[in-house]
Amino acid sequence: MEAKEPKKFIVPIGPQHPALKEPGHFEFSVDGEIVTGASIRLGYVHRGIEKGTEQRNWIQNIYLLERVCGICSHVHAMAYTLGVEKLAGVTAPPRAQAIRELVAELERIHSHMLWLGVAAHEGGFDTLFMYSWRDREVVMDLLESLTGNRVHYSTNVLGGVKIDVTPELADTIRKGCDFLEERLQHYLRVVTTDETFLARTRGVGPMTLEQAELLGAVGPTARASGVTRDIRIDAPYASYAEFPVTVVTDNGGDLTARFVVRIKELFESCRVIRQILDNMPESELVAKVPRRIPAGETISRVEAPRGELFYYIKSGGGDRPERVKSRTPSLCNWSTISTVAVGHKLADMPMLLAGIDPCFSCNDRMIQIRRKGHEDQLWTWEQLRRYGIEYYR
Amino acid sequence: MSDQSSNPLASVMDGLKSWARINSPWVIHYNSGSCNGCDIEILATLTPRYDLERLGVKLQGSPRHADILICTGPVTRQSKERLKRIYEQMPSPKFVVAVGSCGTASGAFRGCYNICESIGDVIPVDVYVPGCAPRPEAIIYGVAQLLEMIKSGAPSAEMRKAEEPAAVEG
Repeated sequence: MEAKEPKKFIVPIGPQHPALKEPGHFEFSVDGEIVTGASIRLGYVHRGIEKGTEQRNWIQNIYLLERVCGICSHVHAMAYTLGVEKLAGVTAPPRAQAIRELVAELERIHSHMLWLGVAAHEGGFDTLFMYSWRDREVVMDLLESLTGNRVHYSTNVLGGVKIDVTPELADTIRKGCDFLEERLQHYLRVVTTDETFLARTRGVGPMTLEQAELLGAVGPTARASGVTRDIRIDAPYASYAEFPVTVVTDNGGDLTARFVVRIKELFESCRVIRQILDNMPESELVAKVPRRIPAGETISRVEAPRGELFYYIKSGGGDRPERVKSRTPSLCNWSTISTVAVGHKLADMPMLLAGIDPCFSCNDRMIQIRRKGHEDQLWTWEQLRRYGIEYYR
Repeated sequence: MSDQSSNPLASVMDGLKSWARINSPWVIHYNSGSCNGCDIEILATLTPRYDLERLGVKLQGSPRHADILICTGPVTRQSKERLKRIYEQMPSPKFVVAVGSCGTASGAFRGCYNICESIGDVIPVDVYVPGCAPRPEAIIYGVAQLLEMIKSGAPSAEMRKAEEPAAVEG
């Protein structure tokens, strides 16, 4: 009842909302039009995949983990197969590793172009949305002709890949890259020179290098603030040591910088794709992997389109994993929102949210905070099921 | 709303409403826990290559303006109530298109502890589009099938559901 207390008005958004395609619930407390606080509630897409992996064998899990996220499905499968190969002491043949990198970079093009469209749409620039999605169909066609599917490529098998690149296909991919590069030049010009669009992005959501480090931002979101961090360079996996990429950073820290970094990354992807196609190593596609993976634990890190993707895999020596844990880049980037959003207009929120390229299906994991005097960390299937039912009641 | 079956204008009005509905169905999209794959394909159907808007379909943000709910995903426990609420907020007559294998029969997630079996267990579904993820052509075909169904005057899943309890009691 104190009159001095400033009135707090909370604008709830979601989980069904027209801005993003996935369910997430946000609460922005506002003072007039200015956001004074932001909180995020996740978990609408929690399906129980990590626990599900314990019920499936090593091979079935490739297909389950691909479905953690439909946009970056290849990197999930790649992180998992690389980890399991490490446990089994097998190295995939060089040609298979090159094809993994090739598909990963094509996927990055598709993911960033998708993001470019969605982010432009949030800014009210629907023309750019439609154009970038039209051009994205080119890379979708390339992925389809390469792997046979538009969304879940199922390229990886334990010990290698199951697709090969023929010379004709390589030519098609080169032509596609030529076209995309030309279009991307145009988009880069649009997002850096269009005054109306710049008014929505320049200086919006600035994040300094210190903030990015402190908040644990990853991927293009961090690189747009000048953080030079990219798993492809820091800890090369697959064939990134043979076909390296150079890291793209920008010191702007605002939304414009995030647009610029993501588009420039695609030029780098196109370049490395050509390099792979020109120097494709000749070898087998699959190495033999035992049905039962030797006991042990390992981690596996890859650079997903949104940032660092981390897998922890533990084997008990059987034909199923004992534990698979994934930490996805979107989860790391969420914390930047609640800090960066403060002080901005409510109308900037959709752009800010889209700016980190959030992927809800990636980040809905279950986390149990370990409290003092609360020792049991193992959950049985039945306990989890019961917990899920009680929690959502 | 006052027109009764005795009203000679009623049948004309019904025909007119059905004609309007078929030619401009407004669509709402809800992801009830899918992996995004189907959602990006639904979005792709609305963009220039596939262009679902040529059938008069318009993506709409509010459930209160929508005729068709395009729903994806295996329905997680947390989004179950939301899905029901969105469905209930839509004005009748309403239609549901379930997109993807996991919306049809939980697909790759079968047996996971936090999901319902399928969208059909939560709300009545008119058209299932299987595939993981279905191609945009398949989604367009699903919507076209639904429009055909409306045109033919066949009872929707909503109507069949409404009749169900009465049939049990009788």
